[in-house]
Amino acid sequence: MATVPKAETVVNVLWINAGLSCDGDSVALTAAMQPSIEEIALGALPGLPKVKFHWPLIDFSLGGAEFLKAFFDAEKGQLDPFVLVIEGSIPNESLKKEGYWSGFGNNPETGQPITTSEWLDRLAPKALAVLAVGTCATYGGIHAMAGNPTGAMGVPDYLGWDWRSKAGIPIVCVPGCPIQPDNLSETILYLLWQANGQAPMIPLDDCLRPTWLFGATVHEGCDRAGYYEQGDFATEYGSPKCIVKLGCWGPVVKCNVPKRGWIGGVGGCPNVGGICIGCTMPGFPDKFMPFMDEPPGGKLSSGVSSLYGNVIRGLRAITVKTLDEEPKWRHPGRELTTGYRPNWQR
Amino acid sequence: MAIKDLPAASTTTASDRLVEMSWDPITRIVGSLGIYTKIDFKERRVAECYSTSAVFRGYSIFMKGKDPRDAHFITSRICGICGDNHATCSVYAQNMAYGVAPPALGEWIINLGEAAEFMFDHNIFQENLVGVDFCEKMIKETNPGVWQKAEKAEAPNAAAHGYRTIGDIMKSLNPFEGEFYREALVVSRYTREMFCLMEGRHVHPSTLYAGGVGTVATVQLFTDYMARLMRYVEFMKRVVPLHEDLFNFIYQAMPGYEHVGERRILLGCWGSFNDPDHCDFDYRKMSEWGRKMFVTPGVIVDGKLVTNDLVKINLGIRILLGHSYYDDWDGRETFVSEDPLGNPVDRRHPWNMHTLPQPQKRDFKSNYSWVMSPRWYDGKDYLALDTGGGPLARLWSTALSGLVDIGYVRATGNSVVINLPKTALKPGVTFEWKIPKYSNTIERNRARTFFQAYAAACALHFLDKALECIRAGHTKTWEPFTVPKDAIGCGFTEAVRGVLSHHMVIRDGKIANYHPWPPTPWNANPRDIYGTPGPYEDAVQNTPIFEENGPENFKGIDIMRSVRSFDPCLPCGVHMYVGDGKTIDVVHSPMVFPDAPG
Repeated sequence: MATVPKAETVVNVLWINAGLSCDGDSVALTAAMQPSIEEIALGALPGLPKVKFHWPLIDFSLGGAEFLKAFFDAEKGQLDPFVLVIEGSIPNESLKKEGYWSGFGNNPETGQPITTSEWLDRLAPKALAVLAVGTCATYGGIHAMAGNPTGAMGVPDYLGWDWRSKAGIPIVCVPGCPIQPDNLSETILYLLWQANGQAPMIPLDDCLRPTWLFGATVHEGCDRAGYYEQGDFATEYGSPKCIVKLGCWGPVVKCNVPKRGWIGGVGGCPNVGGICIGCTMPGFPDKFMPFMDEPPGGKLSSGVSSLYGNVIRGLRAITVKTLDEEPKWRHPGRELTTGYRPNWQR
Repeated sequence: MAIKDLPAASTTTASDRLVEMSWDPITRIVGSLGIYTKIDFKERRVAECYSTSAVFRGYSIFMKGKDPRDAHFITSRICGICGDNHATCSVYAQNMAYGVAPPALGEWIINLGEAAEFMFDHNIFQENLVGVDFCEKMIKETNPGVWQKAEKAEAPNAAAHGYRTIGDIMKSLNPFEGEFYREALVVSRYTREMFCLMEGRHVHPSTLYAGGVGTVATVQLFTDYMARLMRYVEFMKRVVPLHEDLFNFIYQAMPGYEHVGERRILLGCWGSFNDPDHCDFDYRKMSEWGRKMFVTPGVIVDGKLVTNDLVKINLGIRILLGHSYYDDWDGRETFVSEDPLGNPVDRRHPWNMHTLPQPQKRDFKSNYSWVMSPRWYDGKDYLALDTGGGPLARLWSTALSGLVDIGYVRATGNSVVINLPKTALKPGVTFEWKIPKYSNTIERNRARTFFQAYAAACALHFLDKALECIRAGHTKTWEPFTVPKDAIGCGFTEAVRGVLSHHMVIRDGKIANYHPWPPTPWNANPRDIYGTPGPYEDAVQNTPIFEENGPENFKGIDIMRSVRSFDPCLPCGVHMYVGDGKTIDVVHSPMVFPDAPG
């Protein structure tokens, strides 16, 4: 359902970076170029509403009450509409007697920090949409690893996977550790279009990810998949061949990074020699550790591919050799051997 | 709102009016930091400052029992702007523990990646986060008198950077609208592309491993990097003179600004960029290969070099709990009683510490932060070293030791000379950073700009070395290793904002203890058990106030500039606050609070 704000309405983006995070998703957004943050802020794209960011990383204010005013206003219903962005996992504050795992500003009544989960309780019901950015916020991520002391979880774990905003929008999850910069700016752009009545409901899969970004696996977009097909596997890091036997989980991880690159098409993971550790997945990190061991489930399929792949590679090598040779009619001399029969010689 | 739980003033002051002000969270930094102060508006200075961090995550707890090879993947996630520094440091610690030295090319690739990180990170922080504190819009709000001067002040280096007046520089730093602000964002992107060429992804690298890198080393890799690097070198030929003009103007326009954010010269630098021709990651030879780093490690006290020996630096680290939310580890297991050279290792050393969180209410009279208090013990005192935001300590330490001489950069004993070659539109340029008189806000910021040029110059050297390897056919970037059953390791490097060390103990092939010590805990820590304030607290306390606003519309720009000059990165932290933005609370006649810390 698209929501159409009144003309001249400003869509506020309230960004809470105080989940258990590293702020890497905030930093990643400054790297986005498709579109860039300045293009969104300056309204450089058609169909964008006016946007006001309340984002700690670049806010003009010096912080404190001046910065937090928008958050308190939103709670009072005086800042409508707004998109609530959550970065970082949500610690379980009810595990302990007192204190805080994670705070964002102070409660004027008590002088103690307002926890991130309390902000979610206060603001989520008023938000046009809740956007969880990065794998910590979406599914718990690294800080929710086995043995963690804080009971950390993702936003859908906290609010409920079936949660809907007052505009009927589910929690929008853009995972990645950190997030691929353009994946985030593009999703923000989509939500702003939707807020402005310019786009229908954002299409999400059952893990609440935008379908057009997370519909394919790493392997399906990886330029080393050809090596896999031919059963040609790297045995040492630094090789340009397929690295599944060195710990890459690409065949079973939903992520577009090898295809899209990291920044401006540069970098990535298996495409540039880095094993895929599954950082966009709800099972990250525990189900992928130890990262540098061959994924146990991959042994069968890569074994099979080694069998037929070796044969195919052999045949292709013959073909490549043929193709590396020019056709024999390209030569100097007095004779034309291309097959053309010149009429000047007839 | 008054912050009722701040302790009463613990210093005697001529004034009987102290106003409590706080900034929590602080913007334009990475992470969650709060700064709480008491300000004496009559004397126009900060009387007291407390720094607090709002987030606890527990890395050292959840890393226990994990595969040691996972350490750099995990610790990278500590920080979202310099995670790769953590990954690098962890790889160094693992290399030591596994007894593996990467092929030289692997090390040159890591150095090129880390150099790109410095070029990117300092650039975006300086121009897009710090720069806003000096932009037209801000100066007009905080110091209209200074703005009037800036509009008329001719920029001495106008020919080099293209801005006629200081006011023009300040306008170009306005968020989004400013031309230089936007240019810096673009620069921050292609420098991250340089990073990704070497380490795969920013900010958590994909191609970094113990034993080297998975990066495929070809001629293309290095020319792709070089093309971008030369654009950056040309950019720095404008940026160094631009910041010289801006910062010198601040001193001229506000005499006495030298004392803003000033503290005793107590600087630490753990060295950066290993030289693979010397570094084999063997602890027993760490003193020697540490001195071969392209940024020299060092502890500097009152302007004198105390040591540049990484073994001594390692053994001197002490973690004090101070006023943080942790239980002490008295009576718990000691993991490492002596180092591989037979030197005793203290119970409060990171190899032997335990992280025992004890969540509790924030109380400025007792415990008020998730940050512990690291100190460096010189045999007599527990020194609260700071990092000078990174660059100040790095340049100072490198200059004093006088060991680096690679043509593109040369340390002279009292300065660092940076030679940048010819670029598309500008001839070769030489810059010289000289050891300043102060460890203060402006010098931390000035050093940052010079270090960007330093990192670019080092990258030129690393490129030469990497291409030498490639041309000689040495394209191997990774060396196999096995994880021993029992081992210890430590890694020393520089995160962008300063000292970084990782300390690991392996038992039965698993991580038994792992403690990373990043720069921000060194800078942002609360008062320690001896009452010594952390560096932010210390630097802000007694800072003179130059802002023209009174308590009613006070913004706290001088305080925020001081805190930001350290380049806070708080997924570790400081909190400052201004009550509900304005006034606040009047504390009558100063009385020493009996149990007041510090």
